[in-house]
Amino acid sequence: MLNIAVIFVGVILCIALILNLIRLFLGPNTADRILALDTMYINSIALILVYGMHSETPLYFEAALLIAMLGFVSSVAFSKYLLRGDIIE
Amino acid sequence: MSLFLIVALLLIGVLVPIYTERFGRKINTFATMLAPGIAFAYIISLIDNIFAGEHIIEYLQWIPSVGLTLSLHLDGLALMFALLILGIGLLVIFYANYYLSDKEDAGRFYAYLILFMTAMLSIVLSNNVLQMWMAWEVTSISSFLLISFWGHKSESRKGARMALTVTGAGGLALLAGLLLIGDIVGSYELSVILGSGETIINHALYPVVLTLVLLGAFTKSAQFPFHFWLPHAMAAPTPVSAYLHSATMVKAGIFLMARFYPVLAGTEMWFLIVTTAGLMTLLLGAYVALFKHDLKGLLAYSTISHLGLITLLLGLDTRLAAVAALFHIMNHAVFKASLFMAAGIIDHESGSRDMRKLNGLWQFMPYTATLAMVAAASMAGVPLFNGFLSKEMFLAETLHQHAFGFLSWMIPVLATLAGVFSVAYSLRFIHDVFFNGEPVDLPKTPHEPPRFMKLPIEVLVVICILVGLFPVMMIGDFLAVASKAVLRTTDLPYYSLSIWHGFNLPLMMSGIAILGGIIVYAYRSKLYRFQSQFMQTDAKLIFEGVVQTVISRLSQAHERFDTGSLQRYVAAMLVFTIALIGLPLFEFDVGFEPVNMQDVSGIEISLGVIMCLSAIATMIFHRQRLVALIAISVVGLVLSIAFARFSAPDLALTQLAVEVATVILLMLALFFLPKKTASESAPSRVVRDLGIAAAFGGLVATINYIFITQPLASISEFYLANSKTGGGGTNAVNVILVDFRGLDTLGEILVLGIAALGIFKMLARIRLAMPSSDEKGRPWSTDRYPPIVSMVSQALLPLALLVSFYIFLRGHNMPGGGFIAGLITAVAMIQQYIAHGVEWIKPRVKVDYQNLIGLGVLIAAFTGVASWGFGYPFMTTWFDYFDIPFIGEIELASALVFDLGVYLTVVGATLMILAHLGKLSTPERPKVEA
Repeated sequence: MLNIAVIFVGVILCIALILNLIRLFLGPNTADRILALDTMYINSIALILVYGMHSETPLYFEAALLIAMLGFVSSVAFSKYLLRGDIIE
Repeated sequence: MSLFLIVALLLIGVLVPIYTERFGRKINTFATMLAPGIAFAYIISLIDNIFAGEHIIEYLQWIPSVGLTLSLHLDGLALMFALLILGIGLLVIFYANYYLSDKEDAGRFYAYLILFMTAMLSIVLSNNVLQMWMAWEVTSISSFLLISFWGHKSESRKGARMALTVTGAGGLALLAGLLLIGDIVGSYELSVILGSGETIINHALYPVVLTLVLLGAFTKSAQFPFHFWLPHAMAAPTPVSAYLHSATMVKAGIFLMARFYPVLAGTEMWFLIVTTAGLMTLLLGAYVALFKHDLKGLLAYSTISHLGLITLLLGLDTRLAAVAALFHIMNHAVFKASLFMAAGIIDHESGSRDMRKLNGLWQFMPYTATLAMVAAASMAGVPLFNGFLSKEMFLAETLHQHAFGFLSWMIPVLATLAGVFSVAYSLRFIHDVFFNGEPVDLPKTPHEPPRFMKLPIEVLVVICILVGLFPVMMIGDFLAVASKAVLRTTDLPYYSLSIWHGFNLPLMMSGIAILGGIIVYAYRSKLYRFQSQFMQTDAKLIFEGVVQTVISRLSQAHERFDTGSLQRYVAAMLVFTIALIGLPLFEFDVGFEPVNMQDVSGIEISLGVIMCLSAIATMIFHRQRLVALIAISVVGLVLSIAFARFSAPDLALTQLAVEVATVILLMLALFFLPKKTASESAPSRVVRDLGIAAAFGGLVATINYIFITQPLASISEFYLANSKTGGGGTNAVNVILVDFRGLDTLGEILVLGIAALGIFKMLARIRLAMPSSDEKGRPWSTDRYPPIVSMVSQALLPLALLVSFYIFLRGHNMPGGGFIAGLITAVAMIQQYIAHGVEWIKPRVKVDYQNLIGLGVLIAAFTGVASWGFGYPFMTTWFDYFDIPFIGEIELASALVFDLGVYLTVVGATLMILAHLGKLSTPERPKVEA
């Protein structure tokens, strides 16, 4: 039962990622695109966790942790670029 | 004592003058003379061994694994040269004590001089030809330093440059020649090479080897057509001219020819080249010397002429000629050094070297004049002095050879002609300077020099006379052992060193030379007038012109490649790679086996599609830089998911961390790029670039496909099997990094550190214009540090450090390690820079990133070195398990300390690069309107 749920969630997450990608391509604002990228980070975290459940190993959870942390940094950097251009002042 | 100690002692002696300079000139001079003095005494003590036929060879292991051994030897030839180098060197140092004025930096001068002496001695003592070549180059460099000692004078700098260029270029030719010899013989040991003359002469490459070695010898010994640098080297202080440019360094080329005489000489080609070059140099030098008004110029050309004479002797095809050559090397060194010193005294005490002004100095300095006269008589080849003896041998030998076939009679005739000019310029040196009327407006009234300034000349002149009168007793044995070494024989051909051989042809030729010389000198004004019709050419100007032309041509060629266009660099690099990797693939066809594919799920396919689309989008959006950056971030993200999916969690972590650091780096750089959109590429360019990109992509795909489909024996199995037992960690990737291939990692972090320092240095001076608005012309927001971001970032830091610490610690057994942990820490710190700015960080983080890098590399290196302390090879790791109360069993491994070094280096390097790029945009920078 759990297995089916996991696969189902994986498929849903994939569709979400593709939709994010479409938003990223369409824009129209740069802010939209950054937001799309940020959402992709979050969906990737979910995907990796789901994959970990599927293969019954905690080995990939660090990768999810890192995406959570580093994805945030990267989104902040992009936003700062929009705001000030110069990200380290 | 050993020969190695001699060289080591002299090397230490290089520092002595620098540290004793403060104690005054006298102490300085005597302290400087200490090392060469001991060396001289030691070599003297070995004389008996050498005379008894011994050949001392000493070895010192250097890098035995690649067959490099230091080896020194002392045979008859080396003995003769070593005594000349050390003996005349001592006299020159003593002389320089009086020659240099009080204001001059004698310590530096002596240091250069001893450096040269060490190098020169190493040339003659080397038993390994590569080692000999090293020393050869050091003589070129120290000669450069000595010629340019008076660096404020333009002529010194130019002369030094010319000497270095010519002798340096010759040195490179020599290196090529020696490498070829080593290749042919199979050894670089001189003792082996000298025994394989047959092999070299019969080898197909013999003409190349000979040409290269002779190029080295001719440039160093100022043989025609490379003679032009020597007169300009006379810009050096006179002790240098006396030592380097007459007695020793210019003899290095001669030494080389003598050293390789057993293996290279004896062929038609050797005779032809060496004889011709020697003869030309002999005549040209002797002729030009007569017209030089400068005392040192006259002596310089005279030196060229005598070097030509020795070369000619080495080129003649009789064994006795080689003996005569060695004899003349000694004699020339002695009388020419004394003449230079005399010229130095005259210059020093009268303020001029111009023979048109210097006249009638006999009345002011009769003592110096007498010494100079004896030396000059020896140079002219007047009987009862040493020069006469070797010149007689030379003239006798010119009669007995057949190098030029029927035209061989020319050699004795031309030799006599050179003798005529030699007598004439010697006469001019004496008559013009010491007699011939009154001095013409000299800067100061000439007088005798300080008593002891004449001492070195006296020593040398006494040798001239003693050798001239009692040749057998004085140098018979030296000459015999040196000749045996050159001819590689124990029974020498018969020769007589007596002064009187009866009335014979050589004596007649000497007589003609002396009479002719007097006549030429008497009618010199006619010759001067004839010579003045020729254009004066200045070798310096021609040389500088040639150098300038070469430089401008080369920089033109260089600019053709180095256009500053990044696109072109990338294109060139890719095309080159395609050619390099693609061509072998044509010959490599083993057929593709059908492989068992893994089942692919829809999720994997859709992720693959996302990655491909993002990659294409990056290209489509490449003119909107920020959007392209966002699109390529997606590629990185999907890539790390793919790494995780296909069982490479380490790579996934690394990819994530590197991805963020790279994106931040790109954003920092993008900020400074012009905001206006670049123009569209021409269609032809699009096609070209597309072609290159497609070819490269196809190539990489092919290689990947080959690797996947071919059954390859992989080394991975070994690592997987041994990482736990051998390195104490279950994470094979990390164990490979810090243990199996630890040395590679050490090299890599070193490179990383160097790269970071390089970037730091490049950024230090850079001045960039800061755009005042974004691409669409909107002004930047005034809200520099939004509080929400600041607060969240600050809260994130401890968490990030904790994660980093966790990843670091568990790296040995689970995915992670110092590299990833370092990147995480660095990114977390960068987050603080973004959220708070440089000014906020500065007082809070008082860590110098340079020191961090240095510390990291040192820790890593120290871990490697520490294993020596336990008697293991470099980089042996150690691990063990400990039971700690409450925590349980934990493993401690020395690899962890190594990993700490990696961690620190990565943190330091990343922060140094990113933070310094960020610092470029301080408010003081000039702003430009978008």
